[in-house]
Amino acid sequence: MTTPPLDGPRPKGRLRWPFTLRIETRLDSPRGLATWVSIGAIGVALLLGALVLRLVGGDPWQAYGHIARAAFGDLGVFSDTLVKATPLILVGLACSVAFRMKLWNIGAEGQFYMGALGASVVILSGLVPESASRPVTLTVMLLAGMLFGALWGLIPGWLRARLQVNEIITTLMMNYIAIAFVNFFVFGVWSEGGFQMTATFQRSAWFPRLSDFADQWPGLRGLTTHFGLVLGVIASAIVWFLLYRSRWGYEIRLVGDNPKAAEYAGVNITRNTILVMMVSGALAGVAGMSEISGVVHRLQTAISPGYGFTGIIIAWLAKLNPIMVVPVSILFGGLILAGREIQPAGVPRLIQGIILFMLIASEVLLRYRIRLVRVAAEG
Amino acid sequence: MERIPPMTAVPLAVEMRGIVKRFPGVLANDQADFDLRRGEIHALLGENGAGKTTLMSMLAGLYKPDAGTIRLRDETVSFRSPRDAIARGLGMIHQHFTLIGPQTVTENILLGMDEPRFLLKLRDYDRSMAELGERFGLQITPTAKIWQLSVGEQQRVEILKMLYRGVNVLIMDEPTAVLAPQEVEELFKTLRAMAGEGKSIVFISHKLQEVMAIADRVTVLRQGRVTAPGILPAATTKEDLARLMVGRPVLFAVDRKPVHPGEVVLELDRVCADNDRGLPALQRVSLTVRSGEIVGVAGVAGNGQREMADVITGLRRCTEGRIRVHGEEVTNRPALRMIQIGVSHIPEDRTHVGTAPNLSLTDNLIMKTYREPPLAKGFTLDHKAARRKSVSLKAEYAIQAPNVEVPTRQLSGGNLQRVILARELSLKPRLLIAMQPTRGLDVGAIEGVQRLLLDQRDAGAAILMVSEELEEILALSDRIVVMYEGEIVGEVQERDPALIGMMMTGGKRAPSEGRAA
Repeated sequence: MTTPPLDGPRPKGRLRWPFTLRIETRLDSPRGLATWVSIGAIGVALLLGALVLRLVGGDPWQAYGHIARAAFGDLGVFSDTLVKATPLILVGLACSVAFRMKLWNIGAEGQFYMGALGASVVILSGLVPESASRPVTLTVMLLAGMLFGALWGLIPGWLRARLQVNEIITTLMMNYIAIAFVNFFVFGVWSEGGFQMTATFQRSAWFPRLSDFADQWPGLRGLTTHFGLVLGVIASAIVWFLLYRSRWGYEIRLVGDNPKAAEYAGVNITRNTILVMMVSGALAGVAGMSEISGVVHRLQTAISPGYGFTGIIIAWLAKLNPIMVVPVSILFGGLILAGREIQPAGVPRLIQGIILFMLIASEVLLRYRIRLVRVAAEG
Repeated sequence: MERIPPMTAVPLAVEMRGIVKRFPGVLANDQADFDLRRGEIHALLGENGAGKTTLMSMLAGLYKPDAGTIRLRDETVSFRSPRDAIARGLGMIHQHFTLIGPQTVTENILLGMDEPRFLLKLRDYDRSMAELGERFGLQITPTAKIWQLSVGEQQRVEILKMLYRGVNVLIMDEPTAVLAPQEVEELFKTLRAMAGEGKSIVFISHKLQEVMAIADRVTVLRQGRVTAPGILPAATTKEDLARLMVGRPVLFAVDRKPVHPGEVVLELDRVCADNDRGLPALQRVSLTVRSGEIVGVAGVAGNGQREMADVITGLRRCTEGRIRVHGEEVTNRPALRMIQIGVSHIPEDRTHVGTAPNLSLTDNLIMKTYREPPLAKGFTLDHKAARRKSVSLKAEYAIQAPNVEVPTRQLSGGNLQRVILARELSLKPRLLIAMQPTRGLDVGAIEGVQRLLLDQRDAGAAILMVSEELEEILALSDRIVVMYEGEIVGEVQERDPALIGMMMTGGKRAPSEGRAA
């Protein structure tokens, strides 16, 4: 992008707008600028969304108010928002780790499905006997989910590291393979009485929910928030520590910013590419496992309304900061939940899209300063 | 404003008065005056960051001055864009060329022009390009693709681009930085031919030698202010100009203690390697460097120097031959191994290889030490220790940055080089591969870097230094070899710049069979 506007001299003597925009390269970056720009971008996105709602004849403020109430209005709906946020946190982290190294893993959706499959295999194949205790069952499911997700990340990671195959294409395509693969089991092998779902898992394979404790604390009755949320929060702390406090995280950031410099510093890029894709896949796999164990309690079709793709938006919105992934996921969880109240598909997706769009556009403001200049002052 | 013409009756092409330009936190130009006569070559001299490029960018329509006036043949002007400036006959050629690799010379020159309208009729244009080039002594093949051209030839295309657009004032930003001595001579001929046709040339440089050789007049800038307005080179000396640039007397001769070379540290034995395109770039290079000596490699960039440094530091595969460091066979060992046995590397490309621009100063300073204690604590990285280290390195190497958290993309070229030097030299290397260690630095900074290299040598490091600056090679090296087309064409005994220059361009091989051994 060149610094000055590229328009030539304009004919004189005609009336014209007395101001002009000048874009200048920003030489400094004030503290907190990134945060304010992000908040501003969301604000502008909501305004644009309001405009669209208005144009189709709706009342945007009523719609937004409704969304807010339906997502955060009382403890019950907030609990449901957290349930939606749980898988988003985990896939958001999965995307953040990979994006840090500029590995464009857009296969979190597939890795999510594979993680769910992995967690189901150990139950349905009888690998974990029904008599096993809850902690043992859940731990084995978790490890199996991570393993399946990691393997689904290993394939594109290996192809990228060894053969320079573009990981955007492979991860995207492998989403469809994963979904079809899961469907094969759901429709065929494990189909329960011809329905598109497996048998319900034993209770020991369920994540504890808040409502499980309603006997001691009656206030928790009916709250569906499950243990997966705790996992998500722990994972975000671990990922933060990995990225910012470990030697390996330093290598990831170095490769992400400048692979040539990383190579020159002796970092093994091949190994790190494979590892990061596996870690990313494992996190998405945990999301899938958590959804199986915490919400549906069996394997079935359409367990994800596109969580893996929403994870991409969340990672960007959080600026790849693992800690920020948590609040952003809760915001999006609310949007998904409340969106259903208003309209099954249209508006909430629209708002999500506008937010992402605004956010990417707002990056310009971090690198360039835009000034309004009087034309008269231009000479 | 009426202005009495200066002593001579030569009309002024450009007149800049009281130019002020501020950037956040920096006053780039402070009440700067500059005037350019028709048909003169006017050198604009100054250190990096003195505001030379900024001043000329305002003339070329890239920036607008915050205060001051620009007059063109007695008419006050204000440019909105470079296109605007070119329309008034003012064009600037930047250090980084703006050419499109896969397209031909003619296509590049026509890019952005209104003619031809739809049908290209490239052959007709090819002919007129060749004619235009001939007129100014610019040899060029209009149908050649840009990527096939040498840097010197690409520069000729940039000049042709401006000539084709009919500029009367050509501003060249450090045009010789990328050229071989012979190419510099060619460029000077062209510039003189252009001046002879009444065109004015602004020659931005920080190289005193060249300024003395080419300029009709010299304007010196220091910290945004003019310290010498349009003086005649004949009426001054190199030392005076250097003082005007730096603000203090500059020593040109670095004093070098006699060498006491120790045992052989680096040994290349008929090493071959390919370049990025997979074509042979290094051809049976044999070379030794002993501890306590600097071996200078003279040569025009692109003759295999980068590939040689990459092969030694483990960043490129060696296709044939052997490399030994301290007697240990290290051919094709990974870069990490080379770091561990004490090989430091000052890469040629600071932003693309030497640093990670968006990471902090601290992160950039620990690139080679984060694996070992005290920075490494098991799996984790001790943040406080890293910070302490970078704070102390920042002070020791006088890196100018507000704090150690700033991303290095915000540092100037000279400071970036200091970051790399601080990181590499603080490792106390046994072998140092220094690529263009002072390129783009100003006079004051060059002195400091050269001092650091000599200190390393005196401390017993073996140094292989690659430089395009003959003066630097001559001043620092204990032994000098010349590279041409991937070969070491000889070791030079007599320190004769003319001879080395000939060898650098393939004109001559070493008088004796004296391959560096």
